Amino acid sequence: MDITFDQVSYIYQPNSPFEYRALKDLSFSIPSGSFVAVIGHTGSGKSTLIQHLNGLLKPTKGTVTLGEYQLKAKEKNKELRELREKVGVVFQYPEHQLFEETVAKDIAFGPRNFGVNEGEIDRRVNEAIQATHLDEELLERSPFDLSGGQMRRVAISGVLAMNPEVLVLDEPTAGLDPHGQKEIMEMFYDLHQKKKLTTVLVTHSMEDALAYADQVIILNKGEVYMQGSPLELFKKQKALEEVQLDVPEVIEFITKANEKLGADIEYTGQSIADLAKEMADFVRGGRDHE
Amino acid sequence: MSSSLIIGQYVPGNSVIHRIDPRSKIAIIFFYVVIVFFANSVMSYGVLALFAIGASLISKVPFPYLMKGLKPVWFLVLFTFILHLIVTKQGDVLISILGWEIYREGVVQGAAISLRFFLLILVTSLLTLTTTPIEITDAIEELLGPLKKVRFPVHELALMMSISLRFIPTLMQETEKISKAQASRGVDFRTGAFKDRVRAVIPLLVPLFVSAFKRAEDLAMAMEARGYQGGEGRTKLRELTISRRDIAAYIVFAGIVTALFLTRS
Repeated sequence: MDITFDQVSYIYQPNSPFEYRALKDLSFSIPSGSFVAVIGHTGSGKSTLIQHLNGLLKPTKGTVTLGEYQLKAKEKNKELRELREKVGVVFQYPEHQLFEETVAKDIAFGPRNFGVNEGEIDRRVNEAIQATHLDEELLERSPFDLSGGQMRRVAISGVLAMNPEVLVLDEPTAGLDPHGQKEIMEMFYDLHQKKKLTTVLVTHSMEDALAYADQVIILNKGEVYMQGSPLELFKKQKALEEVQLDVPEVIEFITKANEKLGADIEYTGQSIADLAKEMADFVRGGRDHE
Repeated sequence: MSSSLIIGQYVPGNSVIHRIDPRSKIAIIFFYVVIVFFANSVMSYGVLALFAIGASLISKVPFPYLMKGLKPVWFLVLFTFILHLIVTKQGDVLISILGWEIYREGVVQGAAISLRFFLLILVTSLLTLTTTPIEITDAIEELLGPLKKVRFPVHELALMMSISLRFIPTLMQETEKISKAQASRGVDFRTGAFKDRVRAVIPLLVPLFVSAFKRAEDLAMAMEARGYQGGEGRTKLRELTISRRDIAAYIVFAGIVTALFLTRS
């Protein structure tokens, strides 16, 4: 599903002393099947943006287009249900939304709301727990007896079971240990590739943006600050620092190494091993010249 | 839903009314509520209205906010007025509509009672509009102080009040968050049959309770870890003090009371 924001503004509590402009004339587009990372400092409008993707919020001004759906200011949408079935949102700390007696029932909650038949629900529940690497014997347990990491996987399974075309992830790895973080991100990337899911990832991790995204949107104070491929954007360290963002460690390392060695190695997404080789070659080459 | 995130009705400001000690405000309003029932002439009502409207103007609370506080009770005010019109049968008949006779006393009584209602609500909402919930709690704790003598757990009560107040916005945010998450999973809170809407509340309430209990436990643990001890011997961050402003407020109010009793018929 193609996603387009056209001059979208959103104002919280308009015409009150608490009025707050969260989005200001935001325009960008996300082609179907791409993996987009949205990065920004706290209060840059990321969460507000996400809520426009499945009609939880409607723009105060401007238009949001998702495939054939359009969200406009002051327009009632009857097909919101359909839209929400197609856009799965994994909120921050999604384990807080668990409520059913058993894991299986909780995962089935979404599809059941959208009127999927029982046989299909069973199939989807099984598919979802396979995707999230949950043990089948957990299905009959209460979600409140599980560990934090397992609960998160259950919550994510609940969204996946809706069979969405677009997956929106709001800091899906927050509060997990490094190993769990990597596993979850790999899982989402896998889904993105296998199912051609259009994925929108909100993250604080430059590493994740660099590793998985093919487009990065940087927000600052409700406006698009920069937009482009991660490799391109992360070269602009100065501009990033201006909005209190770091560059990924790899890139920072290469920049420093280049300064020290007087080299001009460029990061093009190569693996650590390749990079080490390149550097070693350079150092050796330098010696050969002397 | 985010408009309900304003804690209580408090409108930040720096007017004299905002800065009067909350204890004084509560005391004055308490007595105002009592004396409203002593008014019985046009002039005496005028004196009371002067006080209420004057205070509202000084507080600089925007007019729409004052009206918002009155919104839920307009119906009651109107209802009592109409009830008096219909039921009271004293004095001359003013007009008769479709066989119903409206008496002079009915109109007078109805207007008086409605005006009382209006003034009471205006003044009490002015209190909540210009005083933070925490200030009100502190003031209540102080004012209930004497009850400690009969072993009434005043401090604990105040602590409970302030903790609940503290967590209202948190729980509201939590509610909003969870309801959005469930709406994204296809729950419809707004439309559908009544039975379905009641059922839609379960996915909202269960997570809310779970997190409220968890939060309560965490808070208790954090308080104990820092050696919390309530009541006896505990000092306060915000000491309430009576200043010249308060004395001025009392004097003005005393003037209003005197004027009221002079203008009574």
